[in-house]
Amino acid sequence: MFEVRDLTTSYGPVRALDGVSFTAREGRVTAVLGANGAGKTTLLRTASGLVRPQRGQVLLEGRDITRTPAEDMARLGLAHVPEGRGVITELTVEENLRLGGLHRPARTRAADVERICRLFPVLGERHDATAHVLSGGERQMLVIGRALMAAPKVLLLDEPSLGLAPRIVAQIFGLLRSLVASDGLTVVLVEQNARSALSIADVGVVLNLGKVVVQDDAAALAADEKLRHAYLGF
Amino acid sequence: MQQLLTTALGGLTLGAVYAAFALALCLIWRSTRIVNFAQAPMAMITTYIALVIIDAGHSYWTGFAAALIGGLLLGAVVERVVVRPVEGKAEINAVILTLGLFILIHAVAGIVFGSRYRSFPAPFGVRGLTVGDTSIALTGFGVFTVVAVVVVMGLLVLLFRYTEVGLRMRAAAFNQEVARILGVKVGRMLTLGWALAALVGSLSGLLIAGGSLVHPAYMDSVVVYGFVAAVLGGLDSPVGSVIGGMLLGLSLSAVSGYLGSELVPLAALVILMAVLLLRPGGLFSHHAERRV
Repeated sequence: MFEVRDLTTSYGPVRALDGVSFTAREGRVTAVLGANGAGKTTLLRTASGLVRPQRGQVLLEGRDITRTPAEDMARLGLAHVPEGRGVITELTVEENLRLGGLHRPARTRAADVERICRLFPVLGERHDATAHVLSGGERQMLVIGRALMAAPKVLLLDEPSLGLAPRIVAQIFGLLRSLVASDGLTVVLVEQNARSALSIADVGVVLNLGKVVVQDDAAALAADEKLRHAYLGF
Repeated sequence: MQQLLTTALGGLTLGAVYAAFALALCLIWRSTRIVNFAQAPMAMITTYIALVIIDAGHSYWTGFAAALIGGLLLGAVVERVVVRPVEGKAEINAVILTLGLFILIHAVAGIVFGSRYRSFPAPFGVRGLTVGDTSIALTGFGVFTVVAVVVVMGLLVLLFRYTEVGLRMRAAAFNQEVARILGVKVGRMLTLGWALAALVGSLSGLLIAGGSLVHPAYMDSVVVYGFVAAVLGGLDSPVGSVIGGMLLGLSLSAVSGYLGSELVPLAALVILMAVLLLRPGGLFSHHAERRV
């Protein structure tokens, strides 16, 4: 379980997050939606320790991790897949994957890499290639696979659909869904593409200008025409 | 033929030293985007440490090892004390700090060790080896120089390619933020990177000093040649730096042998200008599109 309480973060005089609270339950996909600048990315960056909040708490399975440095989060079970270029393009596919499992026991590392390559066969095929040569969809699979190497309890995903063809997005979301079902993973999915996010999410949280506007079942949000027009753009 | 052999062998030895120095610059540039101008005086200080130990009656190798360990520590201290406070600010801050450190270390060395020339021993002969009955330009110390640089380079390749700490260091160098969220202690990796770079720099200091004279400014000309070598090979590429060093050593040796030694600095600067004009990323850069 993952929870934020009254989380408030500012960049200088600009308040990007303003008292945000919500809970993402285990074995569920929680979609965080909203327009550009709503505070979605800041929410994830604050949660994973890359940005310091002014106020509020982040809880991982009930434990307060608010001021934990970003480099300790992976060990605690929180994996953050950042927006856009999260792949280290100078390293090979396998090296990227190995980096995901740094704090796991070294002897299971090879087996972990194999497991991820079974999940994403295209990564297995390109194993020794420099990540530089991967397509956008393959890069997204690589960063998700790398996050899964850490065997996280909570997975924070920032705009995984960005710049990808709908077919690839459907493939990635389908995989995510099956992982949540099989491993009981808690997923917080930040998306601008609200329609596809709500199609796989259980719960949706809508942000606007740093505040939570509404949170409800994904199906209910998708059915609310006024809300969709006002905040979700579809 | 004799002349060609002489310049080639001399160039190889010289090139190995430039290669080591360029490699030190490259290691720091890759991880922190800083050209460490203090590299030369740092190597000078560690060479003096070796000299003091050797003059006190210990063996050359004790001094050699002490200088390398001293380099390791000095690099770590400089990163933690001087560079870390300006980490995350514009890179020019750190570059100016390394320039300041250059002057500071010079002054301190002048005070502590005096600014007169002192001779530095070499562990192997510094006279040309003889093949049959002709003496060639390769000295025993020259062979040691090349071997030492090749060994160090090989060890670094093994470290970066095949160990977990090497993988962590590369991740931290290429993308600090991603490395952090994957659990890499980036600060520690930067300290380690500076320490290793200073160790390689110290090695180049020792190799230049061997069988020659040291004084507080003896490394200063190497800054220019080492920098040209690193740019020639590509500041981003450790292998490129080493090859750049070798190429530069051979070219300058040829210039010195065939045209006259007074043209060496000129030739180095011409090479620098040519590289910057024609291939600013260096010969071995994979990322020509990245800023240079």
